[in-house]
Amino acid sequence: MIDVQNITKRYGHHTAIDGVTFSVAKGEVLAFLGPNGAGKTTTMRILTCFMPATEGTARVAGFDCTDQPLEVKRQIGYLPETPPVYQELTVAEYLTFVGRLRGISGQKLSSALDHSIGRLELGSVRHRLIGNLSRGYRQRVGLAQALLHDPSVLILDEPTVGLDPKQIIEIRELIKSLAGSHSVILSTHILPEATAVCQRVVIINKGRIVAEDTPAQLSARLRQSEKVSITLKTCPADCEMKLRAIPGILNVFPGQAGGSFLIECELGHDLRDEIARVAVFNQWGLLELRTLSMTLEDVFLQLTRHEDHLSEPAETGLSMTSAERTDA
Amino acid sequence: MTPVQAVIAKELRGYFVSPIVYVVGSVFLLIFGLLSYLYVGFAGAQAIQLMQMQGGLAQINLNDLVFRNLFSSMRIVLVIILPILTMRLFAEERKLRTFEFLMTSPIRINEIVVGKFVSVFLIYLGLVALTILVPTVLMLFSDFDWNPIWTGYLGMVLLGALFLSVGLFASALTENQIVAAFVSFGMLLTIWLIAGLGSLFGDTTAGRIISYVSYMEHYERLVRGLIDTSDLIYFGSGLALMLFLTHRVVESTRWK
Repeated sequence: MIDVQNITKRYGHHTAIDGVTFSVAKGEVLAFLGPNGAGKTTTMRILTCFMPATEGTARVAGFDCTDQPLEVKRQIGYLPETPPVYQELTVAEYLTFVGRLRGISGQKLSSALDHSIGRLELGSVRHRLIGNLSRGYRQRVGLAQALLHDPSVLILDEPTVGLDPKQIIEIRELIKSLAGSHSVILSTHILPEATAVCQRVVIINKGRIVAEDTPAQLSARLRQSEKVSITLKTCPADCEMKLRAIPGILNVFPGQAGGSFLIECELGHDLRDEIARVAVFNQWGLLELRTLSMTLEDVFLQLTRHEDHLSEPAETGLSMTSAERTDA
Repeated sequence: MTPVQAVIAKELRGYFVSPIVYVVGSVFLLIFGLLSYLYVGFAGAQAIQLMQMQGGLAQINLNDLVFRNLFSSMRIVLVIILPILTMRLFAEERKLRTFEFLMTSPIRINEIVVGKFVSVFLIYLGLVALTILVPTVLMLFSDFDWNPIWTGYLGMVLLGALFLSVGLFASALTENQIVAAFVSFGMLLTIWLIAGLGSLFGDTTAGRIISYVSYMEHYERLVRGLIDTSDLIYFGSGLALMLFLTHRVVESTRWK
């Protein structure tokens, strides 16, 4: 549905994206992940024909973004970073305007309006001025705008920004329900969002794609060690040493809370029963023992940090985040 | 409803919910009324003088004494007021980030430009139409020729359209509305002063060409009741040029 080949965008001497290639199949949801300024928005703007690429080709539903922009725009529903709403219009007036711009009229327009207002639960604010609505409502009006004409391709730039937790879950459910019939690209820096909603993740850093896979495979691919988190009721001074003595354990990091440790083991060894035995034998009072799988957060930090600080060993950064997260 | 009509409807709505139209409209009408009152007053004073000199009933010409002066004075009023009307057209879209939405909607740039121009032009036409009240009231008390008044109105409509297109262009240049208003004000004043530059050259070819660029002589002829094809071509081509330049500027923002 979306096919991007080798696109590069330069602003003067600054290269915003550099040789980006990816594709999205029909009905697939793809997350664009990256730190701020990585080139997510630029890529989306090229796909929506807001700006042309310096090099390379981008095609949406078979139409070229440079040569057939009007056709591409008809296929796409786009939610930019800032919800593109007119404050002086009411929600219904705004969506009517959007529909008319897209050439929808009459009975079709009013049913599209009702459908999209219902989908995003905007019924209660239908006749209120957008200028008087809260950030979350504006974001939802922006989404309603993108969904109004039931496009085959949706491009959403940080769709859940400014929403409260309940709304975030609702919007994620909505995006999930679009999968199958719609192709969706969404950018986010909230990592659980990508895991929750998307089938595939593209991690982009400094204008280049650094990884592309399913969230599960990404973490499997980058895992260099097994991790176990334990919490002990009493921990004498020598307990860290005794843990290290277990064969197969690579490293032991004390956690922030007293008695908690993060243990790194060799890949492919499950040392949980051994750790438990040592803990029980020494009467440390084992309160908690669990394995940690590498989250997308770890993958992301590892991939994006690696480029930033080549000298800094990636594993340390990785383990520390895991430890912090465990404690939290 | 076509996309262009949708843009026009949205812009008109935007104008009427903001205070701009009410403020600009009242100032415009107030000044037009005040100027009319002053010129009628001057004409009256002149009539009394004439009567004293001739000792009889003097026939004064309202066309010459009132309407010609009135339309001439409206030039400066339009130079000051119309940039305020046009400043928001593109600048506001860019400031509020709705510009990106417009540009990614399936609508051509020329449709956006024309839609925005037509909306503000309709508002201006409405304001101009309201001023017809002045000659209508004067008709009750005096006799005058309506033909030069119609050409004067034609001049005001054409001049206004040109000014609005300059304002639209200036608004596309920036996302700051104050800057947009000031740039169009400066451009209009500059084109005005070009007329003076032309007269420095006298009645030479260069002088005539330079004077042609300014709207002054073209407007003046219409106010005097002359409809010359070259003046109509001037306003038409000026308008087309400004709309074309606006299109280029809007288009170029995509490349930055």
